[in-house]
Amino acid sequence: MFRNRADVVFWGALAAVLLAGFAFTQTIANEYYYTAIYAILQGMLMAVAWNILGGFTGYVNFGSAGFFAVGAYTSIALGKAFGEALPLPVMIVVAALLCGLIGLGLGYLTLRLKGVYFSIATLAMAIVFETLMTNWAYVGGARGAYILTPDSHLWFKSYIQMLFMGMLLLTLGSIAISRALNGSRLGRGLAAIRDDELAAECAGVPTLRLKLISATLMGAMMGVAGAPYPYFVTFVDPASAFSLFVAVNAIAMPMIGGTAHWIGPVIGALLVGSAQQVITVTVSSELNVLFVGIMLVLFISLAPQGIVGLVQKYRARRAR
Amino acid sequence: MDLFVNAIVAGLLLGAFYASVSVGLSISFGQLDIVNIAHPAFVIVGSYIAWILNSRFGLDPVLVGVLAAPFFFLAGALIYRIYYAAFERTGQESLSGLAFFFGVMFIIEVVLILAYGVDYRLVSADYLGRNIDLGFVGLPLRLVVPFVVASVMTAAVWLYLSRTFTGRAILAVAQDRLALQLMGADPVKIKQFAFGLAIATTSVAGALLIMIGPVEPSLGRAYIGRAFAIVVLGGMGSIPGMVIAALLIGVVESFVSSFAGPSWAPAVAFGALLLTLAVRPSGLFGRA
Amino acid sequence: MIKRRSFMRASLASGVIALAAASGSLVSFAAQAADPIKIGFSMALTGGLAGAGKAALIAMEIWRDDVNKKGGLLGRPVEFVYYDDATNPATVPGIYTKLLNVDKVDLVVSSYGTNEIAPAMPIVMRKKLVFPSLFGLAVNDEFKYDRYFQIMPAGPEPKIDWSRGFFQLAAEQKPKPQTVAIIAQDAEFSLNAAAGARANAKAGGFKIVYDKTFPSSTTDYSPIIRAIEATNAEIIYVASYPPQSAGMVKAVHEVGLKAKMLGGCLVGLQFASLQQNLGPLLNGIINYDFWVPEPTLNFPGIVEFLKKYQEAAKGKGVDPLGHYLPPYAYAYLQVLEQSVNATKSLDQGKLAAYMHKATFKTVVGDVKFAKNGEWATTRVLQVQFRDVQPDNLEQFAGPGKRIVLYPKAWKSGDIAYPYKQ
Repeated sequence: MFRNRADVVFWGALAAVLLAGFAFTQTIANEYYYTAIYAILQGMLMAVAWNILGGFTGYVNFGSAGFFAVGAYTSIALGKAFGEALPLPVMIVVAALLCGLIGLGLGYLTLRLKGVYFSIATLAMAIVFETLMTNWAYVGGARGAYILTPDSHLWFKSYIQMLFMGMLLLTLGSIAISRALNGSRLGRGLAAIRDDELAAECAGVPTLRLKLISATLMGAMMGVAGAPYPYFVTFVDPASAFSLFVAVNAIAMPMIGGTAHWIGPVIGALLVGSAQQVITVTVSSELNVLFVGIMLVLFISLAPQGIVGLVQKYRARRAR
Repeated sequence: MDLFVNAIVAGLLLGAFYASVSVGLSISFGQLDIVNIAHPAFVIVGSYIAWILNSRFGLDPVLVGVLAAPFFFLAGALIYRIYYAAFERTGQESLSGLAFFFGVMFIIEVVLILAYGVDYRLVSADYLGRNIDLGFVGLPLRLVVPFVVASVMTAAVWLYLSRTFTGRAILAVAQDRLALQLMGADPVKIKQFAFGLAIATTSVAGALLIMIGPVEPSLGRAYIGRAFAIVVLGGMGSIPGMVIAALLIGVVESFVSSFAGPSWAPAVAFGALLLTLAVRPSGLFGRA
Repeated sequence: MIKRRSFMRASLASGVIALAAASGSLVSFAAQAADPIKIGFSMALTGGLAGAGKAALIAMEIWRDDVNKKGGLLGRPVEFVYYDDATNPATVPGIYTKLLNVDKVDLVVSSYGTNEIAPAMPIVMRKKLVFPSLFGLAVNDEFKYDRYFQIMPAGPEPKIDWSRGFFQLAAEQKPKPQTVAIIAQDAEFSLNAAAGARANAKAGGFKIVYDKTFPSSTTDYSPIIRAIEATNAEIIYVASYPPQSAGMVKAVHEVGLKAKMLGGCLVGLQFASLQQNLGPLLNGIINYDFWVPEPTLNFPGIVEFLKKYQEAAKGKGVDPLGHYLPPYAYAYLQVLEQSVNATKSLDQGKLAAYMHKATFKTVVGDVKFAKNGEWATTRVLQVQFRDVQPDNLEQFAGPGKRIVLYPKAWKSGDIAYPYKQ
């Protein structure tokens, strides 16, 4: 874990952020910040997850909303089955397992489908899941489900603070996993697959195994992002859980930040997520959608490698 | 029995309309490999143009669709130019192109909202309320006219692509770009032309859409899945395959609605797509 | 030694500071005299519900201007602090926590629609705020909050009351129709309406011969209508949202559906653009509504309000007539206004207590709330379209085209039964 100085810096930074988050909850009571930051963290977790299969391995997932929503509906179904007795961490674990399994299935699909065919298949999969949830009366179907905020929020001052700390922990964990993957031998194998799968296979890279790991991880992480969502939003229906916005953000954030490096989705999520939160409460209205649109077009046209790419180019120029 | 026949007829009528929406995507995505996720958004723009000229001047929507097509063509060519300069030349396509078109889709939606508001828009034309009844089979003109226009347009595009030099060049540029250059055609200009043609079809498809039902700016999102599914199911680059896929999806949706329960229709259509992709990824008629 | 330049800078700086302090104290002095009352809310200004949300906002702004013209609330001007929730429930918690904790609004009201009201409930419940709400079906059944007040006139049992009138009208006909078909869109509101219809149909002794749902993405409704036709149902209850309602009505005519009674819960048939486009296709349909320009519903203030609304709505791309949501958006603020004026305070507890016991006189008539926050008596109107002419919007501005059949207290005409195309 602490192989070199970079590792020490990284884990130190992670610990610092976690402590800062905790300190924040003990000092600031204003709920708005927690709600806003929760949304940004959720986006970041989705972006980091997406990037594992999309940025590292090169398989673009259009159906991120499907994994997210299955995670959310897992919480809802478990909540209805076991009532308040089941604590949220258990639901998160179950969601991770279930969505990881779905991710595994998706991984096997990559055997048959490459490139854009794979992406279309993920879109179709998300729609099939959406139709299943719409017709499943137990979780409310199209009528939606109400999830009342539980009374207990441990030692935190309010429920949203607890959700915030939980999501912070989960997001930091996912970043650590993503970074470990990026720098490891596994990550180099994924990059080989991304650049030229046939050549990688010929060079002896176990492409299927790596793709399965990658897809399972992505699925599990997205399920984890979705599991606390019902508790955040109180009312969930298929249309809002499977929304296009979740799927687009999951792609836009890593693209704007930079897909090749583990820090890309983090930067992208911070930038795009914060901007979206600010726009919601200032300029408001249609401009939020316009913002994502323009950001995407600008960044993709002018900085296809994302912000990370820009920084790398700048460093390279300075080194000359 | 007549429920069965009517279900098939309704499915075919609807399927032809789906084909009109997908034919442009069949060119831009099926043949040029450009993931134009904003294609349905352009269709909505077509609907709005039809609505404006229909409500202001009383022009027939189909007429508007055809008259506006050249402008859409120019817009498509221009967008391709930008896309080419930013992505294809540098070899970045696929993911970047996808993100680019996502952005374009959102921009189109918001501009429509800012310009025309979010209220539903509809068109009126004399024939829209009428029916043709052949025995127990009912044919509402609201669906028959789009069926006829869509068929004509799709057939015209197919004939163009298979009979004319430029058309065949478009088919060729997807298969072997170098060979095309050796034959004396400029691939970039050909692709530009093809993309323009693809966007031009959205003008007509939009007019048909607003004839069938009310339109509002975010309606395009519902067609993204369907259009891509139809192109992939039919086989990339094959227009006849796309038509068959479109008719198939129309009929399946219609059958499920009539007999099983309409809520399952989307799952069946996309389930069929998933199955096809798993078993035969090149689609029904695609280039393997 | 002080250099001249730095002396100039220092004196300039201190002059600016002095001026700022002086004007600051002036401003705060002035502000104390007219410290506004801030009412906070989120509203769907983009996304699927934006058509209605924007219309509601126009009505709410008319209320704010009317109140400020009369001198404001408790002598203070009224200000809105609102944000667009984009018909996305995920934005609502953030918006309401900001309104309460950062913008420090004095009062809150809800957004439009169950999807946008429900996420705000835990937040307002924690802070024990009075929550006037705009059109959410039976939201409080889940939360059981005693400071929730719903302006939609559904009635104390919202899901059942919704279609009670429809089936009661059916039961009154001779000979009594026997069979019912229920078709509902896969969406929250329509499914709830269908559940109520199912209960009412069973209670009325009808036989349900068709009971299905359809997805919102359906383009062609004729297969559904034909399937219903095959069952020969005499009563057809449809629950759908605006574009789907238009599709249903058109398909009914294209297929030539025969039924004795058709209608129910087609949202959208109350909107001007669809009314104008569908025209005579609407004739005979019995649908729910909340306010129509019939002589029995001429409440004080409604005509003036509609005039102001129709003027303000020009060119904004919203419903030009404004009969459906805007009067209620105006009314739910009137309830708040009258409560504040009567209790002479902004204390949430006092306001809630007053709202529970008082009868409010609003532009939509007398409003009295039951214990669960819904209307004490239902006023879901069952309205039948009659004599609608093609392509004419103005006809809907006046009486005669939408006849109120139920409840009896507001009846403006007799039913035309059976349904004829």
